[in-house]
Amino acid sequence: MRVYLHGVGVIGPGLEGWLACREVLAGRAPWTETALRVPVPAMLPVTERRRCNAASRVALAAAEDALAAGDWAAAGLATVFASADGDGAVTHALCQSFAAREPDVSPTQFHNSVHNAPAGYWGIATRSGRPSTSLAADRDSFAAGLFEAALQATLDPGPVLLVAFDLPLPHPLALMRPRRHGLAVALLLGREPRGAALAALALRLERGAAASPLPPALEALADNPAARALPLLALLARGEQGDVRLGAVGARQLAARCER
Amino acid sequence: MRPLFVTGLCVASALGAGLESSFGALRGGRSGLRPNDFEPFPHPTWIGRVDGLESAPIAGALARFDCRNNRLARLALAQDGFEDAVARARERHGAERIAVLLGTTTSGILETELAYRRGAEVEALLAARDYAATHGMFSLTEFVRARLALEGPAATVSNACASSAKVFAQAARLIEAGICDAAVVGGVDSLCLTTLYGFRSLELLSATPCRPCDERRDGISIGEAGGFALLEKEPGAQGAIALLGYGESSDGYHMSSPQPEGAGALLAMSDALARAGAQPREIDYVNLHGTGTPANDRAEDAALFALFGDATPASSTKGWTGHTLGAAGIVEAAISVLCLERGFLPGTLNTGRPDPALRTHVVLESEQRPLRRVLSNSFGFGGNNCSLLFGRPG
Repeated sequence: MRVYLHGVGVIGPGLEGWLACREVLAGRAPWTETALRVPVPAMLPVTERRRCNAASRVALAAAEDALAAGDWAAAGLATVFASADGDGAVTHALCQSFAAREPDVSPTQFHNSVHNAPAGYWGIATRSGRPSTSLAADRDSFAAGLFEAALQATLDPGPVLLVAFDLPLPHPLALMRPRRHGLAVALLLGREPRGAALAALALRLERGAAASPLPPALEALADNPAARALPLLALLARGEQGDVRLGAVGARQLAARCER
Repeated sequence: MRPLFVTGLCVASALGAGLESSFGALRGGRSGLRPNDFEPFPHPTWIGRVDGLESAPIAGALARFDCRNNRLARLALAQDGFEDAVARARERHGAERIAVLLGTTTSGILETELAYRRGAEVEALLAARDYAATHGMFSLTEFVRARLALEGPAATVSNACASSAKVFAQAARLIEAGICDAAVVGGVDSLCLTTLYGFRSLELLSATPCRPCDERRDGISIGEAGGFALLEKEPGAQGAIALLGYGESSDGYHMSSPQPEGAGALLAMSDALARAGAQPREIDYVNLHGTGTPANDRAEDAALFALFGDATPASSTKGWTGHTLGAAGIVEAAISVLCLERGFLPGTLNTGRPDPALRTHVVLESEQRPLRRVLSNSFGFGGNNCSLLFGRPG
C-alpha cells in the first residue's frame, strides 16, 4: 500500500504540537520529562468540553494539530482511532462505584466508557457523517490503526485521519498495566499527492523483524502504544527518507518506507 | 463490491449453543430472556444469559486468557464445525492470508469489576491478572487467533453496538486489496456490571422483556453472545450465502442518542445497497437494530421509511436474544444467513401493539417465505452505524 502523509499531530508530555516539537523529535533539542498537559479541544462545543473525558481531549487535540497546517474540511474525513486501553480513569471510576453498597453510575461516565468515545466527540464536533472505526491491538494498536487507515485511504478517494492515543491508568488498574505518560499521535493520509505532502509512505507486512527502537531521548514513553509512531515521526522531523517498523499486524511487522 | 461467501458460521447466545438451537428458538417463538439472576442488581430487568460459563474455565496452554468473555468465545467457536472449516481454509490459503477481526465493547472487564467489589483484596487480585489476556480490548482477538492458529492481520474493533458488524467491512477491504484471501470475523460481549448499571443510568433498561417497536416499549434487555463467520472469495460446501454489501456512517449528533431523523442510519443502509448494486425493492427483509428504546426504534423507523417506504418487511430479533451489544452485529448476521438459507422471516417477539407512530412494515408474526436479500442494521453509542447486506449473489 502506498499513501501520502498530509499532516502530523502530536500531543504528549513536553511534546505540544508537531511544529513545536519537531526539533525534539529530530534529536536536535533536548526532551524534558514533564507531566502531560491535557488540552481542551477548541473544536468541541462548550457543553461537550465539560462532558468530554481525558482520552477524548488528548485524541481530539492531536487531531486538531494534524489538521492545523492544511485547509481540510474535517467533516469530510473518515477516521480511525487506535488505542490499547481507551480511558482507564473512566473504567476506574465505574469499577469503584460498583464497590459501593448502592452503586451510582453517571450517564456521562457510562457513555464516556465506550472505546469509541473520542470518535463520538469527533463526530459531534465536526457533524461528520463519515465512517469511523475505533480499534485496539494492545501494544501494536498504532500499527493496526495505521494499517486500517492506509487501507481505507487506498480504496476510497477521501483522506483518512488516524489518531492513536493512550493514557496512564490510575491505581489499582496500573498494577495490571503500568504506564508513565499519555501520548496521542495523529496522521492524515490520502491516496492523492494533493499539494505539498510531507512524505509518501510505502507500507508492507514483513516477517521476522522487531519494531524499530524509539529515539533514545524519548525512551520514557516506550510503554505507551502510541509511541510506536515516534520512529516514523523522528524520520519526518529530520526530513530524511528511510525504513521503520511500526509494530505487529497479526504475526508480521508493519514496515514503512518513508519517501520525500 | 465482489461478494464474500460465508463459508463457516457459529454462534452461542441465550438461545443456546449452535445454529440449530438458535434457529429452533426462532421458529418455535421461544425467547432466551429470563429475569436477572446474574449478579445482585437492585433494579428489575431481564437478561439473555448463556448457561454454564461459570463452571468452564479455560485451562491448559491458553489458561492466561481465562475470563467470562473468552469462555463465551470458546463456546461459540466449538459449534457448527467452525474450527474445522477454519482449519481447511488455513490449509487452502495459509495462516498469514487469513485475518482475525473481532468486535467487543467490554472484553473481560467483569473480573476487574468483581475484584473492585472485594475491597482491600483488589490490589492482590488485579496484580495477579494478565491484563492484556483478559481485561484488555485485544484479549478476545488474541485468544481467537491463538486458538485458530491464524497469523493474518488482527485487530479488535470497538465501536459500541456496531462493533461486530463493522468487522465485515474491514474484512471486505482487506480481501479487496489482495492482502488476505479469507477472514474470521465476529465478536463476543458478555454480561458485566458496567453495562447493567450503565444502561440503567441512562434509563434505557426495561423492567420487562424488551418489546421492540411496541407502543409501550421502554428499553433494552441486555444479552450476552458470541459468534464468528469465515468469509472467503469462493463459495464453499456450506456457503451459497454471501456478504453483498456494507455501509458505515456516523451520526455526528450525540454520544448516546441517535439522530432523530435517522440520517446516519439512512446513510449506512444506502451505502450498503449501493456497494451491492441493489435497489431498495430488492431487499426482502430488514433485520432491525430494533433495541426497544423509544429513541432507537423511532429514528430507525424514520430512516427505513425514507429508503423503503412501508413496503419492506422488517423485524427485530432482540426479543429472543436480548441486546448483545458488541456481539449484536454477528448474532444478527448469523440470523440473517439462517433466514436466507431456510426461507424464514422472523417476527418481533414480545411485541403486541406496534407503535402507531412507526410507519414502516414491522412484522410481528414469523412466517416461512423465500428470501433473496436481507439487510441487517447495527447502530452504536457515539453515533456509529453499520449495515450489512447478505444474499445469494447474482
